[in-house]
Amino acid sequence: MTADHTSGPLIDVRDLERTFDVRRRVEGRRRRTREQVVAVHDLTFSVDGGEMVGYIGPNGAGKSTTIKMLTGILVPTGGEVRVRGLDPSRQRVELARRIGVVFGQRSTLWWDLPLRDSFDLLQKMYRISPARYRENLDRFVDLLDLGAQLDTPVRQLSLGQRMRGDITAALLHDPEVIYLDEPTIGLDVVSKGRLREFLRALNRERGTTLLLTTHDLQDIEALCDRVIVIDHGTSVYDGTLAGLHAQGGSTRTLVVDLVDEAPPIDVPGAEVRKVEGPRQWLSFPSDASAAPIVAAVAASYAVADLSIQEPDIEDVIRDLYSRGA
Amino acid sequence: MLHVAVATRTFRRYATYRAATLSGIFTNSVFGIIYSYAYLALWDANPSAGGYDSQDAVTYVWLGQALLMTIALWGGGTTDDLAERIRSGDVAIDLYRPVGLVGWYLASDLGRAAYHLLTRGFGPTLIGLVVFDISLPGSVLDAGAFAVSLVLAVIVSFAIRFLVASTAFWLLDQSGVKVMSGAFAIFISGMMLPLVLFPGWLGTLANALPWASYVQVPADIWLGKRQGTDLLAALGFQVMWAVVLIAACHGVLRLATRKVVVQGG
Repeated sequence: MTADHTSGPLIDVRDLERTFDVRRRVEGRRRRTREQVVAVHDLTFSVDGGEMVGYIGPNGAGKSTTIKMLTGILVPTGGEVRVRGLDPSRQRVELARRIGVVFGQRSTLWWDLPLRDSFDLLQKMYRISPARYRENLDRFVDLLDLGAQLDTPVRQLSLGQRMRGDITAALLHDPEVIYLDEPTIGLDVVSKGRLREFLRALNRERGTTLLLTTHDLQDIEALCDRVIVIDHGTSVYDGTLAGLHAQGGSTRTLVVDLVDEAPPIDVPGAEVRKVEGPRQWLSFPSDASAAPIVAAVAASYAVADLSIQEPDIEDVIRDLYSRGA
Repeated sequence: MLHVAVATRTFRRYATYRAATLSGIFTNSVFGIIYSYAYLALWDANPSAGGYDSQDAVTYVWLGQALLMTIALWGGGTTDDLAERIRSGDVAIDLYRPVGLVGWYLASDLGRAAYHLLTRGFGPTLIGLVVFDISLPGSVLDAGAFAVSLVLAVIVSFAIRFLVASTAFWLLDQSGVKVMSGAFAIFISGMMLPLVLFPGWLGTLANALPWASYVQVPADIWLGKRQGTDLLAALGFQVMWAVVLIAACHGVLRLATRKVVVQGG
């Protein structure tokens, strides 16, 4: 693992800020007025080598802006970014050799070239040694099942094939960090699963650091031990996925089927959310035990059936977003 | 190595459009014939206009037709790809690569220019040679200097087209600027009328601007009008503009990443 050569975190972001000047036409005025829009502010986090981090937030939260600053194609207006000790915007080309980028919605491959030619061009671009190139290509082509598509022009590939091609392209030069922007968007369930499996193996075997932005929370649950939630340009949560549930004040739901219709159940530690005939929904904090509540319900009512619904990470995040607003 | 691979790839990409190439050669030749008769009439009235004789004048016409696409005089070429990638936001991907954007697109454009020279350049030249008996370079030195001058012409024109395409970072679309720049180039490069015929201050100005590198300078070298130190001065003039303009391309690109949002998420 090459990430351990330098001391300190691999990605270090401190008080990062980016504003944009936007000119807006205002009704009744002839000239357009200038306005400053804050895309990212007071953003601080760090990522160690070998971590798999989910970077999530609603549309327009500042995810892409952050990634652009991390990769050096956008200059911050304030604060500091260091990736492996390099200043991305000043040392963009040097940094580019050490990172890989995958976009779900754009291809980094050359449209009119067969997949193999794209890879060959990348070998020259990143000056990958022929032996290493051969080895990586064989391995990724095998793992991602791309053998039959190597001589097909990229424009003729299916979305899933193109995505696998893009992932291979981003990894041929053994990057230490890989930024994945919505890598599973538009893929079917099988392709998603295979891709996640591949990324997990990559991280396990090579210690590649992953920073993943996605709207698909299953990606996060499958891959990331750590989540950074960004909203309105700043981090609103940074921690484990389990911690996110607690932080969001998420609740579990006890669904009770009574033998007969009854007024809302009254037991300590739980609240009735909904009543529908003999069925009632009771919510209680995720970190509380369900046992005393179940016991209390069973003691005072004639119960036909019981089930517990775990909190949905999506609800938790929605809750976080709405509180931030 | 990489840049050679990029250039060959672009060469091959352009080579797939055979019908377009053939019809292009046809168009260049028709215009060459029309211009030749117009110039012959002009030089018939004034046999030493601008220090050219009538054979020089006709040769100049056919060189202009041969250079038109090679230097992509009225815009286009691989810088159109760049403008499109800026508009769509795909330029972000180019910026993630460990290669400078200017060098990458220059290599690509040189590959395109090589293809256009071999087809749209040689084709009309051959017809000019057969039909109008145009003159060839007087010495091996002149021929060599012409080759160098041609490469410099492509680089200067590339840099100007790159700057035009870069306006898309601010304007989202380069078309307006491209049309203006192309129309201006046709006039000021000596494509329409040799700069040697431009009177007074206009001639001095036109000969000092980078567009003189497009047609006038390479044509004068081909015709043997620039010899000895004057030949070095001619090439030096092109080198100077190539260096200044390529530096400007780097500067504009730096400015663009500082000021401008790359389109799309």
